[in-house]
Amino acid sequence: MIPEVGHFALILALCLALILALVPAWGAWRRNTAAMALAPGLAIGLLVFVGISFTCLSIAFLQDDFSVKVVAGNSNSLLPPIYKFSAVWGNHEGSLLLWALILCLWTSAVAVFSSQLPLLVLSRVLSVMGAVGVGFISFSLLTSNPFERLLPGAPADGNDLNPLLQDPGLIIHPPLLYMGYVGFSVAFAFAIAALLGGRLDASWARWSRPWTNVAWAFLSLGIMLGSWWAYYELGWGGWWFWDPVENASFMPWLAGTALLHSLAVTEKRGLFKSWTLLLAIFVFSLSLLGTFMVRSGVLTSVHAFATDPARGMFILLFLGVVVGGSLTLYAFRAPAVSSRVAFAWVSRETLLLLNNVFFLVATLTVLFGTLFPLIMDALGQGKYSVGPPYFNAVFVPLMALLVPFMGLGLVSRWKKDDPRRWRAELGVPAVVALACGVTFPLLGEHYNVWVALAVVLSAWLVLGLFKDFWYRVRGAATLGRGLRRITPSYWGMFMAHLGFAACVTGIVATSQYSIEHDLKMSPGDSEVLAGYEFRFIELTPVRGPNFVADEARFEVLHDGQPVASLAPQKRRYLATGSVMTEAAIDAGLFRDLYVAMGEPIGQDGAWAMRLHYKPLVRWMWLGAILMGLGGFTTALDKRYRRQRSPARVSGGEALHGA
Amino acid sequence: MHPVRKQRLYLVLFVVLFSSAAIGLVVYALSGNINLFFPPAEIAAGNAPVGQPIRVGGMVVDGSVQRSDNSLAVRFELTDYEATVPVVYEGILPDLFGEGQGAVASGVLNDEGVLQASEVLAKHDENYMPPEVADALEKSGYDEKGNAK
Repeated sequence: MIPEVGHFALILALCLALILALVPAWGAWRRNTAAMALAPGLAIGLLVFVGISFTCLSIAFLQDDFSVKVVAGNSNSLLPPIYKFSAVWGNHEGSLLLWALILCLWTSAVAVFSSQLPLLVLSRVLSVMGAVGVGFISFSLLTSNPFERLLPGAPADGNDLNPLLQDPGLIIHPPLLYMGYVGFSVAFAFAIAALLGGRLDASWARWSRPWTNVAWAFLSLGIMLGSWWAYYELGWGGWWFWDPVENASFMPWLAGTALLHSLAVTEKRGLFKSWTLLLAIFVFSLSLLGTFMVRSGVLTSVHAFATDPARGMFILLFLGVVVGGSLTLYAFRAPAVSSRVAFAWVSRETLLLLNNVFFLVATLTVLFGTLFPLIMDALGQGKYSVGPPYFNAVFVPLMALLVPFMGLGLVSRWKKDDPRRWRAELGVPAVVALACGVTFPLLGEHYNVWVALAVVLSAWLVLGLFKDFWYRVRGAATLGRGLRRITPSYWGMFMAHLGFAACVTGIVATSQYSIEHDLKMSPGDSEVLAGYEFRFIELTPVRGPNFVADEARFEVLHDGQPVASLAPQKRRYLATGSVMTEAAIDAGLFRDLYVAMGEPIGQDGAWAMRLHYKPLVRWMWLGAILMGLGGFTTALDKRYRRQRSPARVSGGEALHGA
Repeated sequence: MHPVRKQRLYLVLFVVLFSSAAIGLVVYALSGNINLFFPPAEIAAGNAPVGQPIRVGGMVVDGSVQRSDNSLAVRFELTDYEATVPVVYEGILPDLFGEGQGAVASGVLNDEGVLQASEVLAKHDENYMPPEVADALEKSGYDEKGNAK
């Protein structure tokens, strides 16, 4: 009964989405206020019905209703309840429903938090989001109905969730990633609304910016979690594989980073308007392309749950309609919104333009490397694969070239700056950064040029950041008052750039200084890695809720002192019989120690073991967290809420003044 | 020329130069880092290049996996039921690697027709077959158990 309620609610949601896509848009066109005023209510109704549908599916999973096909295929009565819940999106049908739910969350959020928007703009924005909703809900209903029953013939127990997905990181990774992916639909909807209205001014950028920043922040955290999960769960100690599915989430992030900066210029200076619109369309198209690649089964990957050509065709068509439709609209209407403001070459605008060029080129090279095998396959040219060396060879130089301009951009002025001022400002930071680059790698195992370069670049960026920060604080009577003068949007910018510097340092240091030993070990053996002695103490059998495992116990000593005791496992899951490696990690701010079990070798109880020493690997994820938090912080800025109700806010400001 | 136009011209020139540099970099990086997939039948027919990175996929032949007793070296055979290719690898195999299962190995073919693998990939879950392997079996006309279709 409950699955049928869910199915019915989803059908009702589709009807509401259709009305939301058509009626307010018609109202905006005919200037019919009554029709436009329906939009917020419809958006919230949509959320309610998709919410009911999602709740019904969750109940089916939690109650082990194996007559529902996806439950039977992806859950098991032995599964711990928290994984039964995360199994809801651990499969194709359920994850699409989650996509739809998150889209409705964003749509309702726009409806609720945008009361300062003119009704005309709001109704257009919500209509566009309703249209996207129609696409995804009908995709769910027509090609991948999550409520399909196995009647008669419901199995007694389910097939179990893929053991790789039975992990705390994977409970929140997909929702966060989707919050980011789908969040860019808001920027897209604002762009389409601006094109439809033919008007784009600073207030437009001010409305669109916080939504974009928040979506970007979610995406940053989602990608970071995915990378962290791969690191500890796949048992190889790798954190980024340039796997097409990773690229699918990384491309919207790269293009989204360009969009953030372009929006900043549009808001502050009224420049790059049509470019910003194009980027907003591009970013959301990349989100859809990512969904297509991941969900159509054209890729070999843990994320490709199903291979059904009808699904691939549906998303491809949908992608075609969205991209084709919005680009056509752009071609006709973009001249109406183009900007007529001049800026000098030596200015912050130029540097932000460079940022956009770099991030866009990076996006396109990743896009090319990701699509190349698919295109060659479609043309019948054979099955190629493009390996990580390609991506590293292209991506790393691009980012290395970008960072010097980032440091410069932070201290530069809008409109017109002076190269002599730059020299005076940045002479000292340049020397200090070089000094850091020369000295810091001496702390490592051996001197490494690439680490030195990364430290120079990061230090340059951080010093530029602090210099600008100091200028903003120093004018105040006391330090506290100076700090209070700094706006949330500046704090956010500060954190995100600091995070980027940490990320660069972490990535380069861990890539260059990591040590990996794969070797045969018997209990009693020991191996020394970067001064750490790994002692294999014993091997014991262990029993978990839905698996049995062999557990190896390791003691790690440094200079004769015990520093960690590690217990990696080799698990066999009972429902499917599949085997899984559970790595053991001693995490630290400056280094991780990592042990994973391979397979038994020979007859005398020896195992293949993988030992890792990974310096600064945490910096990369901490940096990504800082970037994400920075993105959220910018959205707290007062200026994004100022126009809601002028009376109340001016009252608030009066209070602050007092 | 009008200063705004001039600025635009420089901008376009910069974008063109920068993109050509990026495209050059892409082509250069691509030329050394792509590898093509070959089913065992094509390797037996001598269509695969020797000494260049390639990928080979098929089913792991039952009883063919031989592990060394004192190192991580392992030897196995991949088949599409028309031909088999011997593979040698040194390292830890993925969890879902096993006899009678689909796998893809990437590496370099030597003069004796043995693939020196640098990476072995298996499927990600129980009911999943790497698409290349599925395709190779499709071509050879056998199902995954080796029965002719």
